[in-house]
Amino acid sequence: LLKIEAALNTFHHKLCCCCFSSPRLFLPHQVMKTCHKMGIQTVAVHSDVDASAVHVKMANEAVCVGPAPTSKSYLNMDAIMDAVRATGAQAVHPGYGFLSENKEFAKRLAAEGVAFIGPDTYALQAMGDKIESKLIAKAATVNTIPGYDGVVKTVEEAVKISQDIGYPVMIKASAGGGGKGMRIAWNDEETREGFRFSSQEAASSFGDDRLLIEKFIDNPRHIEIQVLADKHGNALWLNERECSIQRRNQKVVEEAPSTFLDAATRRAMGEQAVQLAKAVQYSSAGTVEFLVDSNKNFYFLEMNTRLQVEHPITECITGLDLVEQMIRVAKGYKLQHKQEDIPINGWAIESRVYAEDPYKSFGLPSIGRLSRYQEPLNLSNVRVDSGIQEGSDISIYYDPMISKLVTYGATRAEALASMEDALDNYVIRGVTHNISLLREIITHPRFISGDISTNFLPEVYPDGFKGHQLEADSRRELLAAAAALHITAQLRSQRRAPSVATRCPCVKVEVDGQWNLASPLLPLAINGTHRMLQCLSRDASGKIVLQYLGTSFKVRVLSKLAAQLNSYMPEKVPEDTSSLLRSPMPGAVVTVSVKPGDSVAEGQEICVIEAMKMQNSLTAARQAKVKSVHCKPGETVGEGDLLVELE
Amino acid sequence: MISSRPRPFTRDTPSFFLIGCDSSSASALSVKERIDHKRKTALCGGGQHRIDAQHKKGKLTARERVELLLDPESFVESDMFVEHRCSDFGMEQDGNKFPGDSVVTGRGRINGRLVYVFSQDFTVFGGSLSGAHAQKICKIMDQAMMVGAPVIGLNDSGGARIQEGVESLAGYADIFLRNVMASGVVPQISLIMGPCAGGAVYSPALTDFTFMVKDTSYLFITGPDVVKSVTNEDVTQEELGGAKTHTTVSGVAHHAFEDDVEALLNVREFFNFLPLSNQDAAPIRECHDRSDRLVHSLDTIVPFETTKAYDMLDIVHATVDESDFFEIMPNYAKNIVVGFARMNGRTVGIVGNQPKVASGCLDINSSVKGARFVRFCDAFNIPIITFVDVPGFLPGTAQEYGGIIRHGAKLLYAFAEATVPKITVITRKAYGGAYDVMSSKHLRGDVNYAWPTAEVAVMGAKGAVQIIFRGKENQAEAEAEYVEKFANPFPAALRGFVDDIIEPSTTRRRICRDLEVLASKKQLNPWKKHANIPL
Repeated sequence: LLKIEAALNTFHHKLCCCCFSSPRLFLPHQVMKTCHKMGIQTVAVHSDVDASAVHVKMANEAVCVGPAPTSKSYLNMDAIMDAVRATGAQAVHPGYGFLSENKEFAKRLAAEGVAFIGPDTYALQAMGDKIESKLIAKAATVNTIPGYDGVVKTVEEAVKISQDIGYPVMIKASAGGGGKGMRIAWNDEETREGFRFSSQEAASSFGDDRLLIEKFIDNPRHIEIQVLADKHGNALWLNERECSIQRRNQKVVEEAPSTFLDAATRRAMGEQAVQLAKAVQYSSAGTVEFLVDSNKNFYFLEMNTRLQVEHPITECITGLDLVEQMIRVAKGYKLQHKQEDIPINGWAIESRVYAEDPYKSFGLPSIGRLSRYQEPLNLSNVRVDSGIQEGSDISIYYDPMISKLVTYGATRAEALASMEDALDNYVIRGVTHNISLLREIITHPRFISGDISTNFLPEVYPDGFKGHQLEADSRRELLAAAAALHITAQLRSQRRAPSVATRCPCVKVEVDGQWNLASPLLPLAINGTHRMLQCLSRDASGKIVLQYLGTSFKVRVLSKLAAQLNSYMPEKVPEDTSSLLRSPMPGAVVTVSVKPGDSVAEGQEICVIEAMKMQNSLTAARQAKVKSVHCKPGETVGEGDLLVELE
Repeated sequence: MISSRPRPFTRDTPSFFLIGCDSSSASALSVKERIDHKRKTALCGGGQHRIDAQHKKGKLTARERVELLLDPESFVESDMFVEHRCSDFGMEQDGNKFPGDSVVTGRGRINGRLVYVFSQDFTVFGGSLSGAHAQKICKIMDQAMMVGAPVIGLNDSGGARIQEGVESLAGYADIFLRNVMASGVVPQISLIMGPCAGGAVYSPALTDFTFMVKDTSYLFITGPDVVKSVTNEDVTQEELGGAKTHTTVSGVAHHAFEDDVEALLNVREFFNFLPLSNQDAAPIRECHDRSDRLVHSLDTIVPFETTKAYDMLDIVHATVDESDFFEIMPNYAKNIVVGFARMNGRTVGIVGNQPKVASGCLDINSSVKGARFVRFCDAFNIPIITFVDVPGFLPGTAQEYGGIIRHGAKLLYAFAEATVPKITVITRKAYGGAYDVMSSKHLRGDVNYAWPTAEVAVMGAKGAVQIIFRGKENQAEAEAEYVEKFANPFPAALRGFVDDIIEPSTTRRRICRDLEVLASKKQLNPWKKHANIPL
């Protein structure tokens, strides 16, 4: 939330603007920067738990709008309106997520004469409804996915509809959600077959005869066009962003421009996007999302009436500050640029760094405290948008994004090489993160060649992501590095100068580096190749965890004698982390955060016990489902009492 | 013709060197050959099949352990030729004599630093303690004290050599006496790697640190059978005296390791922290972590809500060199954290209340745990850094009946008595008597800091207001006034009870600088025969 108090350009009246935003708060951070650059004072709104967040510190004023749950803070319109009034803010930047696309909120601001930095309520409303937005798009001669939704009486009717749409087509019962009962037909024969199955299913399973026949998009790519429009009927398209690498419909890696589009397609998509923006009298920055098939046919998907997470890559290749443009537009200025002024300079790639375990369905949230956090800002052409710092808690309350890591290069290859370096140099400790997945994606031959689609992850990793797979050479490199590190630590105990060459699996591997055992980063030259490794942990018994090529590997280094004696050591079965959560002390139950059937992540809070006027948070020892809950808030429990049982 | 030259001993020397060969051929052997023969026999302990049995249990032999514990080729053995002197029950027969008897003793080096070691050999009479066995141990302990070097004992013994009767008991007592004499003179470490039962347990109990190996080591006064016959309790060896019991319930052991190899390698690492004797300063290792590093994560670690917990280990890890913290008793009395770390390379002892467990209050177990650790540090010139967040002593009948008064006094006593450099950081609460106890200025703390979140007071606001304003209305208002007055570091800082209120991120930098200055600290307690700590 920002407040603008100084003059904006030549205007002398005060303009205040509030910006609150998504979980990890990158955007407020950036909005504040831009506002400060423009001489605008800012107010940050925040929830309890974000009181020490970066954007709060950057703002000239800060207002707490409620406790951590978003429904009570960032989605609490009353509290935010109060904050706007109390601080005299003259404009609100809604960030993304939360209220950014909420037409009700925009209306309330308008009623009080406060500017909403974003499009008008009409555009919000029109684009907010998926069905209506498609109708408007169609009317504005924007390509939409051709299809038919209704009762299809005969086989021949189905064939005719399919021929009109053009093969391939997808046939399914209208009432069936998602991909359920979906059939793909590539010709008339398959259409007949699909019709029979689907109509039977529609009648029997859903009791609803209607069928949906729609163009099937093979190997779809998700490519979106950034648009910028003012209140004077001018609109520009700021080129595309390729966002095909997704998991569970959430973007993971984005780039601009796309490897796939030629100039003609780009222009066609851009022009349609602008047509749509004009059709809804759009003002501000917005994004028109398209699906693009393998033949470069593109179809309108939806329009996002806000700044998107991935907007920095557009800023990189066009040189525009989108936040600045949004504030200008909200103030009523005309656009500064013409379409022919919008360049594509170089290439930008964005990786979304999440606090997630990528080994579980390409990313399940993890929580914790960032015990060590170091962004790779020492590298050139790297931009990191984050709202967190060392010591921040990644809580269960918000989206688990840690940062947006953007690299830029004159060519795609340069941008990718920078991204590889940046990922290797990114130090994150205390939470599980997805650096390993990001690094595997951007170094995968299919990604490098641009052969991607929204199915990239499930196609490349059909059995799930399992980290970097070592080959003979890389295995040797890893072992040599671990051995060299271990020996360095051993020699340090004797205070002798380290200089190391190690032998492993009968091959000599030269490892050279600046051995700073306190640094989380290990810049090494392994057989002359420069590698950035990270030491995640090491102990006296030679157990070392190294991050190598993005993935963490467990290695054990033992002297020849110790290795030989180790063969006598029994294999230990890991202890079962108990499924019973017992009260570690006598006290009163303050809250119980779970109910039977809930899934809990490792480290997630299960209940809070107050003892000695102190609240003690009891957490799940492992990921599990809650079997039963044996306590209620307000109840007094004794030490060892069973509180919650996990499955 | 008879040659006077002794026959060279070769690997191919024929098998007539076997134990038990008759006396006529034995006398034909030259002295040199007998020496070689004895040495070779000593190296085999109780014989190959017993060694195999030891390995099968997942245990290493006495010699393998010594080899792994010490730097390569640094072991110098003593008393390899000592044999037991028992002549009853057929023990005098040659087949029942093993050169070196049931213990391997000597000296060696760990990372170049001198250490004396004994390693009980389970393959010889189950590692049982004979008079000769005890004598060997006593000899190296005497030497260790004379030259000022630590003693590490690797225990793996079935108990007393019953055949020897009182001689075995005398042997134990000889060792106990030396344990006591060496206490506070050289560090003594016990690593329990097998059974250790009966009177034998008191030697580890008298040493400074007792470590155990999970699943293969036991410590108890009497085994499960005797327990069953006396108290009719059914209990397994593991439950009665396994590593888990002693590291979580009884507090007898200070750490447990997965297996022999891990245990020995970790003891090497642990050894790096210790000075060789009470005449040495705390060791300083080459340090790669900048002493002036600002630790920004500490600025946000203490939660805004004063009732919310945080992990004191996060503070410790963030502050010390390379996050390298060797925690002592990590699973016992977890409401206090103690262990060794380094600041700018120099060994320090860390003591911290743990708000995450029982709110970090002091109780019987945590007081005793903390007191013993503080006394070790003081005895061996290791500076003590104390992080304070303590809401008080734990109330209740269990604690009072258990004697919290005299046990709590131990921690108070230990901090008061200590003359090593003492640096204290109050991170949040320092309430009541517990404030005094936790290395306060009043107990000769050298440098006492408060973070801005510190609250030094007799008690929390609610309780205090109920007493000060008993029966009055407007308790809430009074509470707010109390908080305003006392729930901050000013009252203590105004009186000089803390030396400064510091930004948490500067904690590491300041402690490193202070330790530099305090390195030459000299403080003496009044002469006394010995003090009288409330045991």
